[in-house]
Amino acid sequence: MLSNFDFDVIRRALPYLFYEGMTFTLTLTALAALGGLIFGTALALMRLSGYKLLGRIAGLYVDFMRSLPLVLVIFWFYFLVPYIGQWVTGASRPISVGAFASSLITFIMFEAAYFSEIMRAGIQSISRGQPAAASALGLTYAQSMRYVVLPQAFRNMLPVLITQTIVLFQDTSLVYVLSITDFLGAASKVAQRDGRLVEMYLFAAVVYFTISCIASFGVRRLQARIAIIR
Amino acid sequence: MIEISHVNKWYSPTFQVLTDCTTSVTKGEVVVVCGPSGSGKSTLIKCVNALEPFQSGDISVDGTKVNDPKTNLPKLRSRVGMVFQHFELFPHLKIIDNLCLAQQKVLGRSHDKAETKGMQLLERVGLKEHAQKFPAQLSGGQQQRVAIARALAMDPIVMLFDEPTSALDPEMVSEVLDVMVDLAREGMTMMVVTHEMGFARKVANRVIFMDRGEIVEDAPKDDFFGKPRSDRAQKFLSKILSH
Repeated sequence: MLSNFDFDVIRRALPYLFYEGMTFTLTLTALAALGGLIFGTALALMRLSGYKLLGRIAGLYVDFMRSLPLVLVIFWFYFLVPYIGQWVTGASRPISVGAFASSLITFIMFEAAYFSEIMRAGIQSISRGQPAAASALGLTYAQSMRYVVLPQAFRNMLPVLITQTIVLFQDTSLVYVLSITDFLGAASKVAQRDGRLVEMYLFAAVVYFTISCIASFGVRRLQARIAIIR
Repeated sequence: MIEISHVNKWYSPTFQVLTDCTTSVTKGEVVVVCGPSGSGKSTLIKCVNALEPFQSGDISVDGTKVNDPKTNLPKLRSRVGMVFQHFELFPHLKIIDNLCLAQQKVLGRSHDKAETKGMQLLERVGLKEHAQKFPAQLSGGQQQRVAIARALAMDPIVMLFDEPTSALDPEMVSEVLDVMVDLAREGMTMMVVTHEMGFARKVANRVIFMDRGEIVEDAPKDDFFGKPRSDRAQKFLSKILSH
């Protein structure tokens, strides 16, 4: 099999794979992680707030998102949103959203559900005695959150948040269902065009593996550095 | 200094934890609260600085009503030191920073001033050389002494102790009690939930005995140990003093 393995195909495709494909993949990962973090924090705070209704809404949302396959949501969202847009704005034709915007929104919504659970667990992992001790010293609720609870919660959840982002980085390849040229999509296109499936898919696997592995290693180093001595 | 009158607290409509509790602690007095577990003594002491809410009755500290919605609770709590059963030092902060945090953020002291005060107090509890360590690097007894120093750094007008020695290994109990005895002898107003009857005999002015959410006995120390009036207090004392 490897006797006619053509490395040159990969070499020639490199600019296309990285400038077009990887740029898209990393942009989508970064934006989705950022959006997911913001939306996820809001969800976590809703669930932790004393208001039952808010918590219930956030809980339902999280359960809903986690009960659906991501690829289905991506697909579904892409074809449905134009019609929802049409219905909301009362336009005569479906609103075109574009593949990038559509997939970005999908990932943000999906990741927010996971991020919010990580953050909720992180905040809840702090024993109730800690905010009590902070209050007993005269710190206000906001101060006790800022100086006592969140610094500890953040250390607990940062490694898991980054690990989830690594998973997100791999999951972005699912946008292939919308025929978007992300890294895997680019590799796939070259593979089809040149009839070099083995080379291109192997190379794509190696790249995903290398990046994820290095990032995971980084997380472990980080974890050791920021851990609270217990 | 502390006035507790007719306090009732329910966890649920059918489960009453505190029933008509009335007592007081005057300035410079050391009051020990004892009783079997589940008797509500920890709950009562937590009501004093409003860490636990209660449904009826009144508590005031130095003339400020704790259960008044208009009371600035953080400000009131900053003047009431509290020491917890499980120390509750902040594990992500060094010992000295544990002592400085509230001084700076609540009292607005400068870092230098807070640190000077913190080091003085650490020296007083015999832990000056541990200032740069983290809480987990200290033994339980040392951590509890730091917790006392942390509370004292706020210059409290009264100190509350919620079972300060019950989470400690036996050999560490005395180092914490020694600090508390010194504090009592210097005239600090103290309310102490504890089973350490030796401590009560040594420095308490009064002993309160609680059972099933009620204050069963509230007597000067000598009367309490000499001739407790209630059966329940007698039984309790015979159980914990027989060994």
